[in-house]
Amino acid sequence: MTALLEVKDLQVRVEDREILHGLTMTVNGGEVHAIMGPNGSGKSTLSHVIAGKPGYEVTGGEILFKGEDLLEMDPDERAAKGVFLAFQYPVEIPGVTTMNFLRTAVNAQRKARGESEYLVPDFLRKVREVAASLNIPMDMLKRGVNVGFSGGEKKRNEVLQMALFQPSLCILDEMDSGLDIDALRIAADGVNALRSPDRAMVVITHYQRLLNYIIPDHVHVMSNGRVVKSGGKELALELEATGYAQYEEVAA
Amino acid sequence: MNVALAKTTTGAALDGTFAAARGRLPGVGTVAETRQQAFDDFARTGLPTRRIEEWKYTDLRNLLRDVAPLAPAPDQPALAQAARLVEGLGTGDTQKLVIVDGVFAAGLSDLTSGGGVTVHALSAMLDDATSATRADLLRSRIVDPMIALNAAFATDGMLIDIADDAAPARPLHVVHVATRPSVAAFTRSLVRIGNRARVTLVESFVATEAAKAYQAHDAVVIWIGDDSDLQHVRVMEDAGDAANIATAIVTVGARTKFNTFSLTTGGGVSRYQSFITMAGVDSELSTNSVHLLRDKQHGDCTFVIDHAAPNCFSRELFRAVLDDRAHSVFQGRINVHQIAQKTDGKMMSRALLLSDEAEIDNKPELEIFADDVQCGHGATIGALDDSLLFYLRARGLPEKAAQALLIQAFVGEALESIVNDDLRDVAISAAERWLESRA
Repeated sequence: MTALLEVKDLQVRVEDREILHGLTMTVNGGEVHAIMGPNGSGKSTLSHVIAGKPGYEVTGGEILFKGEDLLEMDPDERAAKGVFLAFQYPVEIPGVTTMNFLRTAVNAQRKARGESEYLVPDFLRKVREVAASLNIPMDMLKRGVNVGFSGGEKKRNEVLQMALFQPSLCILDEMDSGLDIDALRIAADGVNALRSPDRAMVVITHYQRLLNYIIPDHVHVMSNGRVVKSGGKELALELEATGYAQYEEVAA
Repeated sequence: MNVALAKTTTGAALDGTFAAARGRLPGVGTVAETRQQAFDDFARTGLPTRRIEEWKYTDLRNLLRDVAPLAPAPDQPALAQAARLVEGLGTGDTQKLVIVDGVFAAGLSDLTSGGGVTVHALSAMLDDATSATRADLLRSRIVDPMIALNAAFATDGMLIDIADDAAPARPLHVVHVATRPSVAAFTRSLVRIGNRARVTLVESFVATEAAKAYQAHDAVVIWIGDDSDLQHVRVMEDAGDAANIATAIVTVGARTKFNTFSLTTGGGVSRYQSFITMAGVDSELSTNSVHLLRDKQHGDCTFVIDHAAPNCFSRELFRAVLDDRAHSVFQGRINVHQIAQKTDGKMMSRALLLSDEAEIDNKPELEIFADDVQCGHGATIGALDDSLLFYLRARGLPEKAAQALLIQAFVGEALESIVNDDLRDVAISAAERWLESRA
């Protein structure tokens, strides 16, 4: 069976600095992986490189998505193939209503896959249904994308997109940052509702707290641009008790 | 020094053009005298150069070189092509008044009068020897070489009268169609709006495939009475190598609202200069202008707002999206007369540069003679935000589509200012046509 995501010996530079020094991990359909690690360990860089953000230079290794070379694709092609990055800091886009943005994005992905565009009533029904489950009022969708949204609303808007696009790989970049417990629970419930045997999730976080809500199958500890330890969900609890210091030494 | 000696070769050649055209220009007697006077006024300077302060950034002698010969009156095939273009405008139910190559096309127009609206072709009014005031149709209160040139050569246009209390159900829609290459059309329209009237006026500039490198010279003079409301929308989609030099002269009465929107996507060289006088108390002016330009297009948007009465409010918003080597000019001048206390006048220019070689010149000017006023101006210039572009692309939008969405958002505020739904859609589709042609 082809793995959903294979990262092999990935080396990445930003300007003159190497951030990832040979990172390897494999994610199969249905699995939830957590990536933990201190600031500057390269977690966000990994998520950005998978999504195709400009400004990163891949100097070695490869990323295969369903067996295809992901690094050869533009960010929008990756999205159409089923890669979704939930941003740590979702941007605000004044002047573009959330509804218009969602429809444009869904239809762009469908078009890229050779599927027909959604009919407006079908699309609206779908959005209404998902928004209700995430406690997102329809009024919010008439406003500019993320404009005036609270931190929790922005993250729920990311989960809303995930539910509409139905990607096969979801990368959640520090979804817990800036969220209170209630907001975190709503967002996490939304994510859990999307768990399925043919969808994988990579949850990037500093803290174990998020993993109480989104329970991972695998936990990886990153330090200095490498995965320094992998284990089951109990590894996260262990980290909470011991901290990252020991791994930083290992990496050095 | 003799003025004639200072003429350029261009000026001398134009003497011939005027002499040749004279036979075709409507109006004799006082009208012909007014034309000659206007031509002499123009000839003293010729096409404006950068040495004239008001034209500093739009040097027409350099950009146009010459005034093209007068367009011949349209023949049947030209009228048929124009009819097809007008049908395709998709402006909903408007009262169309069509001018083809500078000549009013009665067969394509709806001259229905009634409900307080009276419409005439300008040429007929200029030819009306019984009118003592017909020469006034060519006069204006603004001194400017291009307005003078327009008065000298104007072949046709509309004279529209809106009676007191009138509220025509359909927008009045003046459509200018160019069908021929390398010629010039000169048009002039007058709109007189009474008191307590509510009117929507639309102007479109379009061209057939065959029309290349032509010149459209237009002037519109508008008087709005007291307690009235004029919604004005102008969409200029002339050929990319054509010139469009246009003037609006507007006098606004008391307690009146004037909301004007203009979109420029066409024209290799264009200038739309508006002289708006707030002549009565408690009136409101809102101007929204959008340039969407590319290649080597040069677009100039110039406003001179005179606050000549107390307690008026004016807002000018200008937005430019410039690609390739396009060049945009925004000049905004607000004159607050001594009597115009409690004036609130502001202008804002925002430019989005899509290429390193695009250029914008902003020239705000405030001249204030009253002591209790609020006036201001601002300008921003920027590129598309990379983080927004990446967010959209990560959601599946290809590069051009992501750019298009952000550009739409950038001009959206100006487009939203159009009150009439149908007309807003027309402006939005014109903007979309521009965006799609980028892809």
